[in-house]
Amino acid sequence: MNTVATAVSARAKKLSQRRKYELLTRGLGWDTTYQPMDKAFPFDTFEGIKIHDWDKWEDPFRLTMDAYWKYQGEKERKLYAIIDAFQQNNGQFNVSDARYINTLKLFLTGISMAEYASHHGFALAGRNLRGVSARIACQMQAIDELRHAQTQVHTISQYNKFFNGMHNPAYMHDRVWYLSVPKSYFEDAMTAGPFEYITAISFSFEYVLTNLLFMPFMSGAAFNGDMATVTFGFSAQSDESRHMTLGLEVVKFLLEQDPGNVPIVQKWLDKWFWRGYRLLTLVAMMMDYMLPRRVMSWAEGWEEYFEKNGGALFNDLARYGIRMPKYHDVARKEKTRLSHEAWGIFYNYTHAANFHTWVPEPKEMDWLSQKYPDTFDKLYRPRLEYWREQQKAGKRFYNKTLPLLCQVCQIPMGFTEPDDPTKICYRETEYKGDKYHFCSDGCKDIFNDEPEKYVRSWLPVHQIYQGNCFRPGTDPTAPGFEPLKEVLQYYGFHDGMDNGEFLDSPDRYNWEKWTSKSAVAGDRP
Amino acid sequence: MAVEIKTTSVEPLRETFSNVAERLGGDKPASRYQEATYDLQPTTNFHYHPLWDADRELYDQRRTKIVMADWYTLLDPRQYYYGAYTITRSRQQETMEKNLKFVEERGLLSSLPDAERERLVYALVPLRHEEWGANTNNCYITAFGWGTALTQATMFATMDRLGLAQYLGRFGLLLDGNTGESLDRAKQLWLEDPAWQGLRQLVEKLFVTKDWFELFVAQNLVLDGLLHPLVFERFEFQFSRRNGPTLSLLVDFMTQWFAETSRWVDAVIKRVVEESPTNAEQLAAWIADWRQQVNVALTSYAEAIFGAEEGAVQLAEVGEAFAKRLAKLGLKAGAQ
Amino acid sequence: MADSVFIAFQTNDETRPIIESIIADNPKAVVNRMPAMVKIDCPNRLVVRRQSIEARIGREYDLGELTINLVSLSGNIDEDDDAFILHWD
Repeated sequence: MNTVATAVSARAKKLSQRRKYELLTRGLGWDTTYQPMDKAFPFDTFEGIKIHDWDKWEDPFRLTMDAYWKYQGEKERKLYAIIDAFQQNNGQFNVSDARYINTLKLFLTGISMAEYASHHGFALAGRNLRGVSARIACQMQAIDELRHAQTQVHTISQYNKFFNGMHNPAYMHDRVWYLSVPKSYFEDAMTAGPFEYITAISFSFEYVLTNLLFMPFMSGAAFNGDMATVTFGFSAQSDESRHMTLGLEVVKFLLEQDPGNVPIVQKWLDKWFWRGYRLLTLVAMMMDYMLPRRVMSWAEGWEEYFEKNGGALFNDLARYGIRMPKYHDVARKEKTRLSHEAWGIFYNYTHAANFHTWVPEPKEMDWLSQKYPDTFDKLYRPRLEYWREQQKAGKRFYNKTLPLLCQVCQIPMGFTEPDDPTKICYRETEYKGDKYHFCSDGCKDIFNDEPEKYVRSWLPVHQIYQGNCFRPGTDPTAPGFEPLKEVLQYYGFHDGMDNGEFLDSPDRYNWEKWTSKSAVAGDRP
Repeated sequence: MAVEIKTTSVEPLRETFSNVAERLGGDKPASRYQEATYDLQPTTNFHYHPLWDADRELYDQRRTKIVMADWYTLLDPRQYYYGAYTITRSRQQETMEKNLKFVEERGLLSSLPDAERERLVYALVPLRHEEWGANTNNCYITAFGWGTALTQATMFATMDRLGLAQYLGRFGLLLDGNTGESLDRAKQLWLEDPAWQGLRQLVEKLFVTKDWFELFVAQNLVLDGLLHPLVFERFEFQFSRRNGPTLSLLVDFMTQWFAETSRWVDAVIKRVVEESPTNAEQLAAWIADWRQQVNVALTSYAEAIFGAEEGAVQLAEVGEAFAKRLAKLGLKAGAQ
Repeated sequence: MADSVFIAFQTNDETRPIIESIIADNPKAVVNRMPAMVKIDCPNRLVVRRQSIEARIGREYDLGELTINLVSLSGNIDEDDDAFILHWD
């Protein structure tokens, strides 16, 4: 028997997870001396944020890399087992009805590609911040976000084999008009500095708003029989809860480090609340219109996850001198209108989108009346019923004029005045002799704070008018030139398959042929 | 009981995504690696200019001198997408955890003679800082590089290097009975010990290297290609001959990792060399430059861990093996 | 009225004992069952105890395992090897 070994081993202290994490992580970095620190880390000072002691950073989950591999490997094994089973069993035909698939098109081309953007942004922050623990947290989130993009591609891959509109997600994400909403959102964050990026994405998006994306949507997927999406969604959410705590930690850390950081952070919270809220317009529409079986309305989701849970959060942050984000009251006023206005916009322009739209079935309109007693019957039902009649008469309405887009959020100008739901809200600013248009005071303020940045928005409609949305070699002066058809080619669409009215779509036809079930069954037994 | 067999099967409209089909030369079933990799990164229609690089786009091919017609030819022979990567590493960490537990429970490191323990602390534990540097550099490539084929692999490498740094830290805790004293000592060596300064100076130089592909070459090919064999093969071999196989058990993860990762690095380099004579010349120039610098950086370290004469011999032998590796990639050996 | 914290898990066999433990340890907890997930709200403070979970599953449990089935949460986190606490205060 080796007595020395026994003795030493007995002396070895048992380490708590916290201590172990600190020992293995904290001291890894050092202040460089052969090169100036500011040259090795040139990008974490220009935003004006002051950090005095990076060691004050607290890591709530304290994952070391071995634990990360262990837990994430386990999650991936489970997830891919389900994806395999889903594919083998043709699970795509078990969803409530074929309209549901359109949420997945929106999800894959909008959200999944945004997950990739988020991956890239966290890789930037994971390199650019000089604090070790903060960088590790960002790097773990960077690889997590890559996971989300890839697992979503793998899950939805099976749907892509049987349905249209999602056959080229990254290509469409770079080009299609409404996909510039999520694209510009993330590029806005990434082109800022690392502190603004993590405040924007980790805190404002992940902590404050992401519950609205994932909780009702994933619950909705479960309710609509889409087990594959539920699985990737919840599996991603388990990473998300780590990210959310990172978000809260980032903000508290910045606020505690220096009083000069408080107004900077407040400004970012104002900006990114509004940016994120506008982005979630797409989710509002998904929840109220695109899920054939509905779990909760957008308004209910907003009350639960923003007004209640978000309110508690901001109450807690009040001790640092942080207040609720500007225009949260506007979001409250808009909550009974947002999804309806958004669906109206997409109904108008669905011929240029990679998913179908439709008028809700009568029973679904009743659900909307019940969830929106003050607005739906009065403001939106008549229009939907009119569109239904037109469509039945073979005159399905498509809006052939290109819409004016908001310079900041890039959504067509279809939102109404905060205090008048019958009047479209227009705001404008003049900058260096040019006029810029906004959907709201929130977006206008964001522009005015950084005009040089937002004059560079790649606005899809402007770009079409400037002739930048045709394939190389296209001649707009050729006889019979049809601009819209050319733009759809540029988007990579199969015209007549990927776009337009659901009832006229091959998706509907195929669904009914393959499953012998109604494509608009929804709640009906 | 009659069993109804469904005779009509539903034919899929397509087998894979359009972009993948285009790359495969037709619509046919694609692998998970292909669907998760090809064209994922945005390439056009960027909004805004980065506040941190106002003259370039957010993603911009001009951040390296290397020119590729198609960056998606830099595929990973391991075919790692996130799932394949984490599942592989989770198995490896399970083995590693068993090994660490085995060594800890039997006190195999803490019971070594003081001088040998000190030798391990000296030679291995400060390397956790070098690995953290490798993490930083691979994260840089991920952040500023072009094309998911390469940047996802460097993302995985980023996390691998954090893992390696933390395992080296665990060795320290095994040596000091979980007090953390060896980590403090190792940091002091890293910051002040003359024999370690060459390496630290080199790592700091990598932190300010702007061309991301140059950084890939300098870190993942040259520095790793010389340092890892020197330590995890040669030093380990020598140490184990004197003290038994404990260290072999502990560095098993590192040696497997290095063999696996080198296959990927080699595939990337080989493809870039094949692309054009200009690329090949650029790579040769970078390799020559960094080989020389890495040699200088490692000389005093090798002497410190092997002894003056033996250190030079070991380093020279590692250099010869490295030259053979380069030759296989279609590259000249570069400076000695 | 105190603000609520919450924690949400996927509904499955691994989370059943976790949810039971939380209910037992937090008398004020309100359980909302939704499709495929369970959300537990609790005024001001919610605690997840390692020992309570271990008593139900009959093996050692590492609170880090919570992340595998976690869906979301809200509140400040305090965590050590024995307890995972969400709170507003």
